[in-house]
Amino acid sequence: MSAIELDPGVVGPVPATRKWRGVPGLRGTGVAGHLSALVLAIAGFVAVFGNMLAPHDPDLTNLSYAFVGPQPGHPLGFDSQGRDLFSRILAGARSSLLGPTAVVVLAMLVGTFLAVATAWKGGRFDRWVSAGLDVLFAFPAIVLAIIVSVIVQPSLLSATIALSIAYTPYIARVLRSAALRERARDYIAALEVQGLRAWIICVRHLGRNLVPLIVAQGAVLFGYAMVDLAAISFLGLGVRPPQADWGVMVSTGQSGVLQGYPLESLSAGVCIIAVVIAVNILGERLTERANSVSR
Amino acid sequence: MADEPLLDVVALRKEFGAHVAVDDVSFQIAEGGSLAIVGESGSGKTTIAKMITGLLTPTSGTIRACGHDRSKPAKGAAERRRRGGEVQIVFQDPYSSLDPRQSGAAAIEEVLALHRGGTSAARASRVAELGSLVGLDDRQLHALPRALSGGQRQRVAIARALAAAPRLLILDESVAALDVSIQAQVLNLLADVRAETGVSYLLISHDLAVVRQITDDVIVMRNGQVVERGATRDVLDAPQHEYTQLLRSSVPAPGWTPTRRA
Amino acid sequence: MSDALLELRQVTVRLPISGEQRTVLHDVSFHIRPGEALGLVGESGSGKSMTARAVARLLPPGADSTGTVYFAGNDVAALKGAAMRSFRAEVAMVFQDPRAHINPVRTIGDFMTEALRTNHDVSRSDAAKRAVSLLAEVGIADGQRRLEQYPHELSGGLLQRVMIASALLTEPKLLLADEPTTALDVTTQSDVMAILDELRRERGMSLLFITHDLELAGAVCDRTAVMYAGQLVEERTSSALHDDPLHPYTAGLVGARPRIDGDVVRLAAIPGRPRSAFEAPAGCAFSDRCVHVVDECRASRPSLEPLDGGSVRCHRAVELRGTLQEGVAHG
Repeated sequence: MSAIELDPGVVGPVPATRKWRGVPGLRGTGVAGHLSALVLAIAGFVAVFGNMLAPHDPDLTNLSYAFVGPQPGHPLGFDSQGRDLFSRILAGARSSLLGPTAVVVLAMLVGTFLAVATAWKGGRFDRWVSAGLDVLFAFPAIVLAIIVSVIVQPSLLSATIALSIAYTPYIARVLRSAALRERARDYIAALEVQGLRAWIICVRHLGRNLVPLIVAQGAVLFGYAMVDLAAISFLGLGVRPPQADWGVMVSTGQSGVLQGYPLESLSAGVCIIAVVIAVNILGERLTERANSVSR
Repeated sequence: MADEPLLDVVALRKEFGAHVAVDDVSFQIAEGGSLAIVGESGSGKTTIAKMITGLLTPTSGTIRACGHDRSKPAKGAAERRRRGGEVQIVFQDPYSSLDPRQSGAAAIEEVLALHRGGTSAARASRVAELGSLVGLDDRQLHALPRALSGGQRQRVAIARALAAAPRLLILDESVAALDVSIQAQVLNLLADVRAETGVSYLLISHDLAVVRQITDDVIVMRNGQVVERGATRDVLDAPQHEYTQLLRSSVPAPGWTPTRRA
Repeated sequence: MSDALLELRQVTVRLPISGEQRTVLHDVSFHIRPGEALGLVGESGSGKSMTARAVARLLPPGADSTGTVYFAGNDVAALKGAAMRSFRAEVAMVFQDPRAHINPVRTIGDFMTEALRTNHDVSRSDAAKRAVSLLAEVGIADGQRRLEQYPHELSGGLLQRVMIASALLTEPKLLLADEPTTALDVTTQSDVMAILDELRRERGMSLLFITHDLELAGAVCDRTAVMYAGQLVEERTSSALHDDPLHPYTAGLVGARPRIDGDVVRLAAIPGRPRSAFEAPAGCAFSDRCVHVVDECRASRPSLEPLDGGSVRCHRAVELRGTLQEGVAHG
């Protein structure tokens, strides 16, 4: 019995609060949540249409323009190879955001499956799988990326696979606790007694009640993936130059920083930070909302 | 076949490691009958309910329901479904017995689709029928559980259990978590349902007054064993076993004073 | 009411729910004399637990309350510092679920003696001695061993007895018990209530006993008050309340319980469901569920009026007097 032992409510119109409560889907995330969603929407838009939006060819080099500062028509100036920075930022959005998205999708799919399966079956299956995941959990993402890139040629794909493997245990662990809690509820037992098949119960009922948490964790994971991928690219084990990618640009901009032309690293860095912060805030708000949902 | 009891439990036993939760329990319920299993915590009554519904497997002993043996886990989905159509259960906690993302109507419909198939129009009308049987209107049926009170949720749970058209309904402390005035409504409802559908009840409860209201027969359990059995009226009016006498004398009533045991 | 130990005058409490301030207690007034036991009975939303919290100054954050709570003549809301600590020693509270109110990683001994050692400067060994003697009074013989155990090693009934013992350590004048036996088996309940009753009488302690069980309140308390939708609707001596209720809701509660000693074909169920103060209709809060309702009931909210040695909040109380007993046919 909670401290406030009130009846959960009447069916029918309860006087609603007058203030606007937000965009459907983002209710409860507050102003910060909405702003973050907006930033991400812009980033997503640019990721899809970046190449078309870019005013100039992002790969066109012209050494006579190397390190030239902002000009009319070139708001960020040029990089060490004379390429228009603004266009490169816009074009780079795609690979910078594509990678983390792929990591999140893969890790969430595998992680959710393992979480629900271990929570449902329990026993030896649970113990063995959890032990295996714990071993994997011990490897930092970067170390795994290095290992994978030794086996396969370093590329965005290899980095993506490495990160997905690194993140799966984290997701599996978080979702497993939630799945266990849900599994213990009477409605799952009622469905078992009805004779509903186990996998149908897991997908249609258990899984669906985990969706808010899955979405929230996915958002949080995106931020981590972005930073880790950028770091991997920075180390030369992911996306490689001359491809436009924010992580790569932070790396190749180092020479510019040393010579007093920091705009390449700075602008790419700011973009990464902005997206990561937005994703973290949104993820946090969504997680809070998922945990406080009334039952 | 007419002579065989609806539920026949013989020498049921359940061990959890070294702890014996249910020890050599036998009882029967005839078609259309109603039996209560009364006991306090640790008596084993809920464990028995779980074994009958298949959520737990007996260590030894047999359970037969509707002429089929169910002492061992069901082999395959078809058998599980068939068993679900014979014995159903309503749990105690109204806040945990419904899928929070499913309206009552959807939950009932899912059960109907599982057991009876048919067209979706036929199912929809059956949902409405079951809703009115348990006293829920259309708006309440289509609302999510979070908009419903405890009593309303239990009504949905009862309707969902009845959707499978079971011959035996197990009520595992199903009214214990309800307010007194709501409990009265649900007890009346259960009496009506039994009169209208002929379903049999197995009531698991610690509340002797509720037991008297709903059931014809009772067995009293303590620490996994049956200590007394008989017609509810007789056992409550003239308890023979000292534990039953203790239970009976512990119930608050006008003029009653609590007494220390030790 | 100068001889009352505890007095509530028109206490109204609003809580933030779904972003708005909603009334959960309305115009609650009653008193308890030294050594007297008052039962507070109600269903969900009645406000009975909130009343206890208002007395103990344990309202949830964001709560907004008007009206006054007087303890031994002092306004409880105005107490600070040493006076507040002394108030806490004189008013003890026992809750429904003992496990939720005790730190699982500290021993029973730590839990029981902490307040004594920190607030009252009692030495560790003295505090332990007092704890052991109180455990004996609640029927726990091997107190010394129990002091070294952890909460999870004790059963619910045992732990609740520990909570009662611990509440009595500071020799309180008033004990607030919020559904102390609801989570216990019925035989354990009888045991624990007997202990509570005995200790209360021995010490001349006052008791505010909150429960949903009208019969249980009647067995242990001199007077019983019934709450509905955040208001007090009837208050009388316990036997009179049960046998000859003045308020239709009280009669409804009595009639809704199944009988253990007789057969009732159909229970006299009150239609509808219990409400919180903010969900109740205008006028009398019970008007939409009452079988004796007339137009006046829907139009204006009745006030608590004295009648037959108690008080009742009903427009038709005088008219219905004597007709609401069980067995007398009504609606």
